[in-house]
Amino acid sequence: MHVRVTDREGEQRELEALEGWRLMEIIRDWGLPIKAECGGACACATCHVYVAADWVDKLHPPREEELERLDEAFDVRPNSRLACQILFSPELDGLTVVLAPELD
Amino acid sequence: MTNDNIITTDVVIVGAGPCGLFAVFELGLLDIKAHLVDILPKVGGQCAELYPEKPIYDIPGFPIVTGQGLVDNLVEQIRPFGPTFHLNQMIEALEPIGTADAPRFRVTTDAGTVFETKTVIVAAGGGSFQPKKPPIPGIEAYEGNSVFYAVRKMEAFRGRDILIVGGGDSALDWTLNLQPIARRVTLMHRRDDFRAAPHSVEQMRALVASGQMDMKLGQVTGLKGEGTALQAAICRDSDGQTFEIACNTLLPFFGLTMKLGPIADWGLNLNENLIPADTEKFETSTPGIFAIGDINTYPGKLKLILSGFHEAALAAQKVHRYVYPDKRLTFQYTTSSTSLQKKLGVA
Ligand SMILES: Cc1cc2nc3c(=O)[nH]c(=O)nc-3n(C[C@H](O)[C@H](O)[C@H](O)COP(=O)(O)OP(=O)(O)OC[C@H]3O[C@@H](n4cnc5c(N)ncnc54)[C@H](O)[C@@H]3O)c2cc1C
Ligand code: FES
Repeated sequence: MHVRVTDREGEQRELEALEGWRLMEIIRDWGLPIKAECGGACACATCHVYVAADWVDKLHPPREEELERLDEAFDVRPNSRLACQILFSPELDGLTVVLAPELD
Repeated sequence: MTNDNIITTDVVIVGAGPCGLFAVFELGLLDIKAHLVDILPKVGGQCAELYPEKPIYDIPGFPIVTGQGLVDNLVEQIRPFGPTFHLNQMIEALEPIGTADAPRFRVTTDAGTVFETKTVIVAAGGGSFQPKKPPIPGIEAYEGNSVFYAVRKMEAFRGRDILIVGGGDSALDWTLNLQPIARRVTLMHRRDDFRAAPHSVEQMRALVASGQMDMKLGQVTGLKGEGTALQAAICRDSDGQTFEIACNTLLPFFGLTMKLGPIADWGLNLNENLIPADTEKFETSTPGIFAIGDINTYPGKLKLILSGFHEAALAAQKVHRYVYPDKRLTFQYTTSSTSLQKKLGVA
């Protein structure tokens, strides 16, 4: 299983993904620059990603907690998600996301 | 500054997270009084700031306790030792003024508080909590004159045209506080739903309804101005339409992030932004300065609250040697020692 991640410089990488891991953990594990300060507790919004258009509806919709936390992210768009709230499963093989800008 | 303004003490604790708080207890049992400093307006560090309502399952003796619940209990547990809290202040400078055998340090906060202390316990966790700065192109040029991430003196905002961005308590509180003194306040949020206290949201909506302030949905994408003087914020709504809001002051409230901050300048050895400490007494490379909790590193370190508690107990033993060089330290249990129980106010 794979996930395709475009970093902030526009470079796309294909990362091997494991079932049951959070998208944030996969991105972080491969050393891409995602701060994920709260370790996946939906408490920091530093794992903000944009999901490719054809994948938006295949993900479970964000819960209220995720929407609230996105208020602390910058340049939030309709396809914005927190990578720590996406649990990887075989149906997500090929998921494509872009890292959102990071707040300093 | 005259000597009258200097606080003389045995130990200054940098950071009032769970580990800094518990250090007060371990020091208190050894008759050592502590001053605690934190940049946040409240104690509790990550537990109180990042996950106050989430349950923690791995604190010994508490099958389940929330982040805030643990902090409340720690505060209750250290009450007998009457620590002095200095909140809303960041420790900026730490200079050695003694010798290796009899260390002393001058510690200064950004609010001008100065301590002269025999020892320092750095319990700074993931670093000091500081406001997140949005990556708006060119924003740095306006910082300090037109753009502010925190409000220190309200008066500085009298008569200004203020744009406040955010949907949480800070955004709403400052909207309500500044509205009466500003020329005009506009609150902007990306959606028509606010995370702030319902009462504040109601008050804000009432002010909008009566025409005393504005509320706009959207996000700031750019800034316009001359030099350090902001003239307008360029914004975008959820349909992608661009619009401008005239303002000479922008207050973005995007929450907090942890930064190492001034600790990097204190002359301590650092290893990837962590402070190496020994595992016997959690002392750093500088005698008299200790590092406990998430900020330290040593072989086998686990970033757990439990580990920080253990480290606090061992550091306190060595602090005792510096504070009372002539006194012998005997090991005692709180269950059986009357002298410890007296200190705790239970015997
Ligand atoms: C979402 C989440 C869940 C967690 N769950 C668990 C769990 O289940 N179990 C567990 O054991 N751990 C857990 N942790 C980790 C735990 O919170 C940390 O290990 C713990 O908070 C570390 O405590 P500390 O006192 O060392 O530092 P912190 O809690 O980080 O506190 C440090 C304090 O120091 C202040 N500070 C720093 N520098 C300065 C300065 N120069 N001047 C003034 N103040 C300063 C900061 O503002 C902060 O308030 C979790 C963490 C997160 C984010
Ligand atoms: S890692 Fe903090 S919200 Fe996702």
